[in-house]
Amino acid sequence: MASPNGTGGAEITYLEAIREALFEEMARDANVFCLGEDIGAFGGAFKVTEGLLARFGEARVIDTPISEIAIVGAAAGAAHMGMRPVVEMQFIDFIANAYDMLTNYVATARYRAFLPCPMVVRGPSGGYVRGGPFHSQNPEAGFVHTPGLKVVYPATAADAKGLMKAAIRDDDPVLFFEHKYLYRREKGVMPAGDHVVPIGKARLAREGTDLSIITYAATVHKALDAAAQLEAEDGLSVEVLDLRSLAPLDDEAIVATVKKTNRVLVVHEDTRTGGIAGEITARISETCFEWLDAPVLRVTAHDVPLPYAPALEDFVLPQTADLVRAARRLAAY
Amino acid sequence: MSPSAALTREQRLELYYWMRLTRTLEERLVALYRQTKVVGGLFRSLGQEADAVGACYALERRDVMSPLIRNLGAMLVKGATPVEVLKQYMAKGDSPTRGRELNIHFGDVGDPATTRGFVGQISPLGDMVPVMAGVTLSFRMRGEDRVGLVFIGDGATSTGAFHEGINFAAVQRCPLVVVVENNGYAYSTPTSKQTLARQFVDKAIGYGIPGEQADGNDVLAVYDVTKRAVDRARAGGGTQLVELMTYRRKGHAEHDNQSYVPAGEIERWAAGNDPLDRYFFRLTGELGFARAEIDAVDARVRAEVDAATDQAEASGFPEPLDCLTGIYADPPAERPLWYREGVLSAVEKNERADGWGTYQTGNAAKVESTIAAGND
Repeated sequence: MASPNGTGGAEITYLEAIREALFEEMARDANVFCLGEDIGAFGGAFKVTEGLLARFGEARVIDTPISEIAIVGAAAGAAHMGMRPVVEMQFIDFIANAYDMLTNYVATARYRAFLPCPMVVRGPSGGYVRGGPFHSQNPEAGFVHTPGLKVVYPATAADAKGLMKAAIRDDDPVLFFEHKYLYRREKGVMPAGDHVVPIGKARLAREGTDLSIITYAATVHKALDAAAQLEAEDGLSVEVLDLRSLAPLDDEAIVATVKKTNRVLVVHEDTRTGGIAGEITARISETCFEWLDAPVLRVTAHDVPLPYAPALEDFVLPQTADLVRAARRLAAY
Repeated sequence: MSPSAALTREQRLELYYWMRLTRTLEERLVALYRQTKVVGGLFRSLGQEADAVGACYALERRDVMSPLIRNLGAMLVKGATPVEVLKQYMAKGDSPTRGRELNIHFGDVGDPATTRGFVGQISPLGDMVPVMAGVTLSFRMRGEDRVGLVFIGDGATSTGAFHEGINFAAVQRCPLVVVVENNGYAYSTPTSKQTLARQFVDKAIGYGIPGEQADGNDVLAVYDVTKRAVDRARAGGGTQLVELMTYRRKGHAEHDNQSYVPAGEIERWAAGNDPLDRYFFRLTGELGFARAEIDAVDARVRAEVDAATDQAEASGFPEPLDCLTGIYADPPAERPLWYREGVLSAVEKNERADGWGTYQTGNAAKVESTIAAGND
C-alpha cells in the first residue's frame, strides 16, 4: 500500500501512483473527500482507493448507492460549498449516466452562476483488456467538446500521480481518465517532493526528426514501440508527443512538433468519427498547413462498439503494427 | 401548537407582503413581455405563491434553498430583489448573471455570512435534487447547523435525478427538505400521466423518510408543514419529503394557451381557491388585521416594483466580449475566433499563422486586399 507521504524512490505502478496522489491530497486538505460505488470497504473495483477508508474514515470515503447522477450532482453541490470531491466511476463507461449532470450542470456552473465547482471525476477507462462493450470505453471526446470541463488522460505512472494532484487542486471540474490496461503494467519512480504535473501541458515522450506521432494514454506506449521498430527497421527518427491533457490541448507543443518533423500521425484508442484526432488534425490544418509535407493521417479504433473476443477486440483497436504501417506511408509520401 | 401560531403579527403581514410582491412583480413582467422588453420566455406562479413563500419562510438565512421556475416567491423571501429579477428577464449587462442566464435562473450561495443562500437552477428538471444532496452533505460533514430545501414539481418526480438524489440524500442522512409542488400539470401533461402513485407523499415510504402533505394554497399550512420538516432535518432527522397541493393557473410559459385544460377548471381555482384571497380573508378575519394595513402593503409593493422597473430599464445590455470570460478560473477568458477578432486588427497586432490562419508575415498586404475584395 502507498504511504501517505510518497514512496521515496521505489518504483510503483500507475494504479499505486493514483492512490498515492489521493492519500497525499486527502492528508494535505481536509476538504478533499472521495465518493463512489464500492470504494470504501472493498477499495474500489480495481483497488485504487484501497486503504483510504482505514486512514480517513467513512465521512471522507463514502460508499454510495448505484447512482451516477446523484454522485456527480452531490459532488457538485459539495464543491460549491468549498469541498473538493473526487468521484469514482466504477467503470468510466458508466459516466454516460451522468452525462447530463456533467455537461448541463457541472460544466456551466461557473459561467452561468459564478459557482466554483472544483471536483474530479475519475475512473478506469480503455480497452485491450477483453472487457467487452461496457468495460472498455474511451468516452473522452464528448467531454472535450463541452466548454467548462477539463480532461486529462495520463500514460505514465508519474503523470498519473502528478496530474491527479493537479486535478484535485484545480478550481474547475476535471475528468480524470485512467487507463486500466496501464494500471499494473506501467511502472515508474515518483519524482521527489510535491509532484504536480500542470494541466494543459503535453510531454515529449520521444524526440525525433522524420515524423511525429501525437497521441495519449495507452497508445503512447504503442507509439513508442512503433518508433523503436521504425528506427531499427527503417532508420526513421520518430517523435512521440504524449498530450496528457485533452482539454485544454497544448497547441504550442502540437505546433512545435509539426514544424519540426512536417509529417504527423494522430493516434487514439477511441473510435474514429468525432474523435479528438479530427480536432487535432483541423487545428494543424488551420495553423500549420504550409509546414506540412504530407496529409495528417489518423490511426484510431474502428467505428464499432468494442467487442469481447480477442480476435475481434484486437482487430477493432489500434495495434503497434497499424502505427508502423501508417508511419511508413507517411514517411514515403 | 402549530409553528404558525408562534408567528408574530409582523411576520404574518410579511407573508402577505411576499406573496403580493410575487404576484405584482410577475404582472409587471407580463407587461414588459408584451412590450418585448423581456427577451425570452416568461414563467408565472399565479395561484402558487403560497407554496413558494410559505415553504421558504420556514428557513433561516444561513440555510440554502434551491428554487424551480415557479418559485419566484421563495427567492424573494431568501433575499433576491425585484430589480435583479427584472434585469435577468430583460437580459441586462448588470443582471445577476450578466446576461448569461434566463429569468430566475440565478443564485447567491456560499459562505453564510456573505451570501443569501439560494442556488441558481438549471433547466433539466430533477438535477437540483442531487446538487442539494451535496450541498447538505457538506453541512453534515462540517457539522454546520444549516438545512437545505429543494423544490421539485410533480413532473420532475419522474426523472432519474429526483430518484437518485433523494435516495442518496436519505441514505446519507442529509439535512434536506424536498418539497414536491403538485400543481396538476407538467407543461401539458397532467399528474395522472406522470405517476400511478395515489399521491406524491407516498413516495417518502419508498425512500424510508418522513413525508407530509399540506394544502399548498394555505400559506400558514404550507409554513407549518415545511417548518416541521425543517426542524426535523435540523435536529438530525435526515431527509424529509413535503407535498404541497396546488394548481397552476397559467400555462407552462406565457406562450402556452392551455388548450389541454378541461373547461372551467382554471376559473374554479381562481374563484374559489386563490392563495392571496384566502390569506387576505384570514388576515382581516380571525387574525384581526385592518383593511388599511393590507392596502398599505399593496401600495408599498406597487411602489417597490415601479422603482425596480425604472432601475432595470435604465441598465444597459452586456458587452459582447464578456461572453468569453469565466468559463474557467484559469484561463480567465477565451480568445475570440480570428474572424471575430477582425483580420486587420490581428495583422496590426502582428499575429502569426499559429494564432489565426495560414498567412505568414509579409502577407499583410495580401490579407488586406483579400478583405477589401470581400467587402466589395
